[in-house]
Amino acid sequence: MSTQYVTFRIGEALYGVEVMRISETLGHHPRTPVPLAPMGIAGLVNLRGQVVLTVDLRPRLGLPPLAADAESMMVVVEVADDSISLLVDEVGEVLTLDEDQFESPPDTLGADLRELITGAFKLETGLLLTLDVDAALAA
Amino acid sequence: MDDIDDIVREFLIESYENLDQLDQDLVALEGAPGSRDLLSSVFRTIHTIKGTSGFLAFSDLERVAHVGESLLVELRDGRREMDQHTTDVLLRMVDTIRDLLGCIESTGAESGIEVDGVIAVIQAALDGTDVTEAADAGTPDHAVIAAPTPAPAAAAPTPAAPAPAAPPAPAAVRVAPAPIKPVAAVQVDVPDAPTSRATSDSSIRVDVDLLDALMRQVGELVLVRNQIAQLAGSDSDAELTRSSQRLSLIASELQEGVMKTRMQPIDHIWSKMPRIVRDLSSACGREVRLDMIGGDTELDRSLLESVKDPLTHLVRNAIDHGIESAADRLAAGKPSTGVLTLRAYHAGGQVMVEVRDDGAGINPERVAAKAIERGLKTVEQLEAMAPADLLNLVFLPGFSTAAAVTNVSGRGVGMDVVRSNIESIGGAVEVDSEVGRGTTWRLRIPLTLAIMPALTVRSGSEIYAIPQVNLQELVALDTQKTQEAIEHIGSAEVYRLRGSLLPLVRLSDVLGQPRGDAGSAVIAVLQADNQRFGLVVDRVLNNEEIVVKPLAAQLKSIGVFAGATLMGDGQVALILDVQTIARRTLTGEIVDTDQRATAGRATSSAEVNELLVVGIGSGRRVAIPLALVTRLELIAADRVELVGGHEVIQYRDAIVPISRLARSLGSYDDDAGEEIPLVVFTRGARTVAMVVSEIVEIVSDDGAGHSTVDDIGLLGSIVLSGRVTELLDVPAALTQVDPRFYDDASDDPSAELGGTLAAGLDPRSAEMVGV
Repeated sequence: MSTQYVTFRIGEALYGVEVMRISETLGHHPRTPVPLAPMGIAGLVNLRGQVVLTVDLRPRLGLPPLAADAESMMVVVEVADDSISLLVDEVGEVLTLDEDQFESPPDTLGADLRELITGAFKLETGLLLTLDVDAALAA
Repeated sequence: MDDIDDIVREFLIESYENLDQLDQDLVALEGAPGSRDLLSSVFRTIHTIKGTSGFLAFSDLERVAHVGESLLVELRDGRREMDQHTTDVLLRMVDTIRDLLGCIESTGAESGIEVDGVIAVIQAALDGTDVTEAADAGTPDHAVIAAPTPAPAAAAPTPAAPAPAAPPAPAAVRVAPAPIKPVAAVQVDVPDAPTSRATSDSSIRVDVDLLDALMRQVGELVLVRNQIAQLAGSDSDAELTRSSQRLSLIASELQEGVMKTRMQPIDHIWSKMPRIVRDLSSACGREVRLDMIGGDTELDRSLLESVKDPLTHLVRNAIDHGIESAADRLAAGKPSTGVLTLRAYHAGGQVMVEVRDDGAGINPERVAAKAIERGLKTVEQLEAMAPADLLNLVFLPGFSTAAAVTNVSGRGVGMDVVRSNIESIGGAVEVDSEVGRGTTWRLRIPLTLAIMPALTVRSGSEIYAIPQVNLQELVALDTQKTQEAIEHIGSAEVYRLRGSLLPLVRLSDVLGQPRGDAGSAVIAVLQADNQRFGLVVDRVLNNEEIVVKPLAAQLKSIGVFAGATLMGDGQVALILDVQTIARRTLTGEIVDTDQRATAGRATSSAEVNELLVVGIGSGRRVAIPLALVTRLELIAADRVELVGGHEVIQYRDAIVPISRLARSLGSYDDDAGEEIPLVVFTRGARTVAMVVSEIVEIVSDDGAGHSTVDDIGLLGSIVLSGRVTELLDVPAALTQVDPRFYDDASDDPSAELGGTLAAGLDPRSAEMVGV
């Protein structure tokens, strides 16, 4: 049983989301910041006429948030009926991965991250952490 | 609905339309008993229903229609005069038919609706046994007025039922509301119900979804047009400019055309009014004449739906509370029949809908007394208000002037609901009233929702859109004289606009951003909820038509944004929600729905007189009621740890969330050195620590020098030791860090808060003050 994952890098770590959940990956778009928005909301972007929310996962992953004007690539994810864009440092290739490479997160992982990270694929080059996009993008 | 035959579906849709017409015709007929046209129209409708129901084998429906038709034949042939009793009987027949249709729609069969009662009543009327019945008719009518729990107002008055048939009849009526709901759904699906049969040949039915999709696409087209126009403007190519202008023209015409397809005359919702007025006025014992002017005024259909309930509420209110009983009116020297006028007209790109009665009017003094009684306002606040503003108090939640609560109105669902409904579609409600002369309610409704004219402004580095509906005028502040032009009352900024003081709100403050040091500023004079204020922005950019895009759910809770839009250059701009900004920043309009927070706030402002003063950077000082503080601490900066994006410290064997006060109040703290002063709040098992820049002093507040100007997270400001100091809204600040801080509270939060007073005076905390 194998699944295809879109991979991307945030900080040092490599993350993966099932390819079916991703509608597209894009280069940098200028973001309009939203004052008073909750932490992790990086602003709004114009995606071919649709106003799409961008989310910076860095604070939730324990990293300092991205500066408002920092250039960043985007991974657009379908959540419910909406599109939400994740800010990532670099988009990698699409990998087809087998279940037997997969392992659940270790017990030492904190509860906050446990919500986000469902497990890891053991690649030769390092670990690919799988993200639960619904949990990551919940309000 | 899927399992219903197409034929039956057609029959249902057609019959519902006809019944609406019938309601109107019957009430009109009562006023003009001789009208042949009306009579034949009514007769045709019933005849059609009877014929089709017979063909489709709905026997109950056929029986009701048949006996009704017999009665109508006598009327048509002039063998009988139309009177109130006959109208009652016929209206009841219409209700029963509506129930049957609803039942057929939801279950596919007509079982479960009691029809014998109504047939007996009509038959009795036919047989001329009315003489006794007419006498009877009076009795149930009076019962409706006197009984505390009469039939629902929507149901027809149920007079004239002879004793044996009576019990089942009201039962049938009461069943009605449930099956009626799907009825409404069907009507929604019919966008272009032909009002006159003659026009049905030249019109077609269009799915509303298709119209909505068209409207969205036109919105996109308008955006692209704006972009092209901007490109063409910066280019000197004459050919491009010409094409762009042409595109502009066509897009505007198309937009107008598509908007027109969604327009429906307001008559669609007014057509229900004669029936409502008739039923209500007889239930309330009033004599009311209904005048409707401008029924052909058109509105976007989605707006029409949203206006329906508020309008019905206003009409009910006018009859129940506005227009006096006939005896009272005669005593006041007015004609015994009250006049209720509905008027709709276009004005300034908006539709105005007026509901006017010539009743007793609203007494501002009674309104004021009520506001005090309900604890909505204090005497001082009211004395400072103009009489016209007093009337607006009726829009406050929890307000109802009805001396007696009746089943018609005054059930707590008041004018605040009317206002919030109208505001949710970008409109506004006003009220004018003259004691003894009557009351006018005025609804201002935008023509459409999807595209609206707006003013774009710049604050800091971002662009925001302000809906034109709220904008009254723009005042440019002279660069050189800015400091002079803005004056201060306490800490509140005001501007002298033609002699009267205009309270100022800085957009940068509302958005929690640093104030720009731009040399120039512009005051946008805005109107919301009958309150006028000036929003200070850095620059005004443009007037343009913007397409409203909804906000993601995560952003809706911020409140100050009504949506987003795209600018000509493709940039996203946020649309300001002027109503919310006004409510948040202007005194006396702070609507706090959180009961616990309100309770905590009331306690803190009433009992506190010892204040802890802390600095939050940028020279700002904040006062915290000392009674609410548990402890003051000085900790090493490196003890602050991060857990999932939130700052915490380990404090007394527990993990305590930290809030940086400077950040939550929109100030910038010049980052402290190695040690951070903390203000600790404990309540039961919950503790929250607040980081401040410095702890200044503890002072007594003598209650003087208070300003009631509110800001987000603040209760107001006071002058302490010669410095303007902001008074922190502690419950709001704490629940922001720990939403469950007050959750384990007992019923009386003041007991808990009082308990922390002793801890607050702990000697250790006193030592800390020297820091």
